[in-house]
Amino acid sequence: MFFDWLGALPGASAQGMVWGIMAIGVYLTYRILDLADLTVDGSICTGGAVCAVLVTNGVNVWLAMLAALAAGLLAGLITGILHTFMGIPAILAGILTQLMLWSINLKIMGKANIALPIRKYELLLAQIKIVQSILVLLAVVAVLIAVLYWYFGTELGTSLRATGNNQNMSRAQGINTDFTKILGLVLSNGIVAFAGALLAQYQGFADINMGRGAIVIGLAAVIIGEAVVSRISQNFAVRLCGVIIGGVIYYYVYQTVIFLGLDADLLKMLSALVVAIFLAAPYWKKKYFSKPHHAKGGEDHA
Amino acid sequence: MLEIKNLTKTFNPGTVNEKVALRDISLTLKDGDFVTVIGGNGAGKSTLLNAISGVWKPDCGHIIIDGVDITAMPEYKRAKFLGRVFQDPMMGTAADMQIDENLALAKRRGQRRGLAWGIRAAERAEYRKLLADLDLGLESRLTSKVGLLSGGQRQAVTLLMASLNQPKLLLLDEHTAALDPKTAAKVLEITDRIVTDARLTTLMITHNMKDAIAHGNRLIMMHEGRIIVDVEGEEKQKLTVEDLLGLFSRASGKEFASDRAMLS
Repeated sequence: MFFDWLGALPGASAQGMVWGIMAIGVYLTYRILDLADLTVDGSICTGGAVCAVLVTNGVNVWLAMLAALAAGLLAGLITGILHTFMGIPAILAGILTQLMLWSINLKIMGKANIALPIRKYELLLAQIKIVQSILVLLAVVAVLIAVLYWYFGTELGTSLRATGNNQNMSRAQGINTDFTKILGLVLSNGIVAFAGALLAQYQGFADINMGRGAIVIGLAAVIIGEAVVSRISQNFAVRLCGVIIGGVIYYYVYQTVIFLGLDADLLKMLSALVVAIFLAAPYWKKKYFSKPHHAKGGEDHA
Repeated sequence: MLEIKNLTKTFNPGTVNEKVALRDISLTLKDGDFVTVIGGNGAGKSTLLNAISGVWKPDCGHIIIDGVDITAMPEYKRAKFLGRVFQDPMMGTAADMQIDENLALAKRRGQRRGLAWGIRAAERAEYRKLLADLDLGLESRLTSKVGLLSGGQRQAVTLLMASLNQPKLLLLDEHTAALDPKTAAKVLEITDRIVTDARLTTLMITHNMKDAIAHGNRLIMMHEGRIIVDVEGEEKQKLTVEDLLGLFSRASGKEFASDRAMLS
């Protein structure tokens, strides 16, 4: 039994890294832009669908992944336009796009499920090629984190961070906050769809339901990652690594509860409950555990 | 420098909450004018500043800065002409970003933001020097998150940000109102120095009549969306709080209705 569990760890690592990459997309909107974007439940499937359709039609897998990325960027653009140009609250804008994507994903695939077996196609990842899969994922993670680390140090990236921090101040400093919000949503969903393309290859199929609850797994990875690395360093690259680690830990736990014999039908509920409690923690902390604060002007330091 | 022509703004028109905030305001500021703005609650002071900043569009009238009509320009675009400091110390800075990053954001106000580094090494030296001039010990805390600073320190940093790149117009919206008296005095002193050194054209709202008299070269008083008093130069220097109260009741036919302004 223990060895079975141990034997499942490489698979859980690979799956955790795929979802960790997806969670980096969630991190960009949820943490940096301070928006909860529910588009991801749809856009991860869009990525998987585009990749599966193209690969099964003989397109090179790299090109297929690039196309998946582009499809994700477009999905983010739709949410961005709904949110900024049409003034719809971000959460609703995401839900609307997600619903649109359900139809679009079905149209892309032409059916609810496309098989993507490694024995028939040239893929980068597969469950049976676990070592190769993990190496590929490590490379993807390294490149992704390096690019994002660079990007968020640039003028454009800094203006995106400022927008998430304080929109009023951003506009006063000449930042077009509508543009930066769209940019963030586009980037985020591009990454999520790319993760979807990786996921479809790894699990060997794309399915219309593969994105259900993705936002919850993404949030779980973000929160677990923060709990793990926030004490070590506040460095941006370290925090992104934390998100990947969060995804992996999530799948270790997932694997473990399955081994313990938990009904797999209950897993989504369990995930949601765990995320709910983690999201509540800072609120509870503030409400019940903070020391009474005697407000006194900062005479001494200003 | 700044020219406001017949500016009018009504909030919630046609409803029971209808409120005429600005009534046909015209105001011209000369280059280097430091104007203090005073008035009771709801007089239209902040509304005037928000109209200039572009928080919303006026119903009619024009706002012209340095010959450019900015009436229809979106808020983020006209920011290149303006430096702004708000009443709430939280509002003018990004709390989770470092002091130097905040300054670098302000430094790029009005410029296209591309893929160049968000802050260069040479800038840090410049910021360190500017922070040292504030005399608040911030020059050694360049990489501290702004959220860790006190309200007064944040306002000082916001002032510094607002004054970078020589804005055409500096807008101060009761920027000391949320601070304790001692800190407020310090921030006002910094304000005076920055405005004088750079000869910034400035509009400063204050609820404190003494401050309004002591600072700047011109004073305007607003009431019910109108400018009812406008004095400058020597006449302004000689003003007392009593004079101001007298001017107010003569122009408006009422007693001055803000306890806050009376007491301070």
